[in-house]
Amino acid sequence: MIRHCVHISPNEVKVDGKALIHNDKGSTMLTELYRTYVGDYPKFFKMDTLSRVGFLASELLLNAEGNRCFEPREDRAVIFFNRNASLQADTHYQSTIQNPENYFPSPAAFVYTLPNIVTGEIAIRNKYFGETSFMIIDDFDEKIIMKNLENAFQDPITKSIIGGWVDCSDEEHFEADIFIMEKD
Amino acid sequence: MEEKIGGKRMIVKVSDNIISPLGTTSAENYAAVKAGMSALRRYDGLWGLPEPFFASLLDRKAYADDRQTIDEKIVIDSISKALEGTVIDTTWTKVLFIISTTKGNVFLLDERENGLPKERVRLGMMAREVTKHFCNPNEPIVVSNACISGVCAQIEAMRYLESGEYDYVIVCGVDVQSAFIVSGFQSFKALSQEACKPFDANRCGLNLGDAAATIIYTRKDKVNDNEWVACRGAIRNDANHISGPSRVGEGSYRALRVALGDLDPSELAFINAHGTATPYNDEMESIAIERAGLSSVPVNSLKGYYGHTMGAAGVLETIISMQAIDDHNILATRGFDTLGVTHHLDVTDQNRNTEKRVFIKLLSGFGGCNAALLMAKGGVQ
Repeated sequence: MIRHCVHISPNEVKVDGKALIHNDKGSTMLTELYRTYVGDYPKFFKMDTLSRVGFLASELLLNAEGNRCFEPREDRAVIFFNRNASLQADTHYQSTIQNPENYFPSPAAFVYTLPNIVTGEIAIRNKYFGETSFMIIDDFDEKIIMKNLENAFQDPITKSIIGGWVDCSDEEHFEADIFIMEKD
Repeated sequence: MEEKIGGKRMIVKVSDNIISPLGTTSAENYAAVKAGMSALRRYDGLWGLPEPFFASLLDRKAYADDRQTIDEKIVIDSISKALEGTVIDTTWTKVLFIISTTKGNVFLLDERENGLPKERVRLGMMAREVTKHFCNPNEPIVVSNACISGVCAQIEAMRYLESGEYDYVIVCGVDVQSAFIVSGFQSFKALSQEACKPFDANRCGLNLGDAAATIIYTRKDKVNDNEWVACRGAIRNDANHISGPSRVGEGSYRALRVALGDLDPSELAFINAHGTATPYNDEMESIAIERAGLSSVPVNSLKGYYGHTMGAAGVLETIISMQAIDDHNILATRGFDTLGVTHHLDVTDQNRNTEKRVFIKLLSGFGGCNAALLMAKGGVQ
């Protein structure tokens, strides 16, 4: 069963189908959403774009669910899909090593060159000890995603999943369509 | 023939393959590992990197091609070899491909690489290159969960088979090292300047390695004593830090607990740990293994033979561990001498005989993720 859904694109944000009002677009809109709806989690500013989009979408989703308590739990999984994996972070990291005269690789940039980091960010924020997973398919396919998430309930402990599509090709192009799926 | 209690279907290994610097079949690889061989060596100035590094690398020239990348080549090669002698027709709709990789064709982002289309840096495009080769009609799934991807891909395969959606799942893990990956691990100060020493008191970091490894799984109602069964797997998060393991081994302990289920730990031949030889990883695993009540179970790591093969590691290390049990052997942990973790572990310093038929494959990765998989020859009750 699907409970609550959040959509984020560079110029539109919807929670349970209802549009949220915002002034900015693109990457500055993400910062605006953070200041308006989160505000107390400065780690946000260290994140790459994929993690920012996934993190903000999860915050809006969990606010819609209500009763946020941040108590440790193992029965909730975070499972996302996308097309571009960590391409924005990869491109950024590559720019730090491309030129031997300007070679400055850093752990802070390298760690985000893994798409599953966003699932870890959400697990850390909410103290989720459950399953976290990230998969890539080259085109959005609702049937593949829903079937995969239903399969995830074969885990003996998983009772609900924050799941869906979180994609980003560069700082200004991103999309999140995520929801909470509960075990039938 | 014995039937599993409860009549539940079992997920069974059909065949496997490893392409690595130590060989191009699972048997060749196992023989090399059993003999204590490794391709780990020092590279100076390779790919224009300012610092030298130790790694286990494939001969790039042997796989050079203007149509496919080395990642695609060795995946196709590994899957082709795993398919030999099976009845599987990859054009069937009931065959699914799952690719496990962390960085795939990331080297294509380098401005100096201009031979192949840049879109192949997308992992889904790389995977489609593979399914196109095998004329498979299904969209391939790429699992990219950092260093635990290879076990996650096997867990996904088990789920797809259990649900009945597919009859065969071909799981292939791959990663090929590049300036991108090596410079990143160097920036983390995570690389050792010599062959790595898992769980050792003098361990000082990991080595990286190239490999592709394939396991094909199917679903059966009955298995015989010699068939390998993927019994249970779990993925759990530390919820602690994106680039450092939990100080209490939280996710690894929880994954182990689910994979172990109600199995008596005395049935375990060994735990094949992640054992990267970084100070934090190996310490964390010792805590998780103790918390799970498994301190008396022999532990080994294969990183001293192959380095850390990233997306391939979970598949490759599962295959080598199955080969070891088939040979009644618990493999030595190459590079290990003196225990250097605070919680007691029985780390193997040489090959040991065993008649046990069950093992656990354990992995951890960036993003706080951990995975454990229980494999049993002939299945478990």
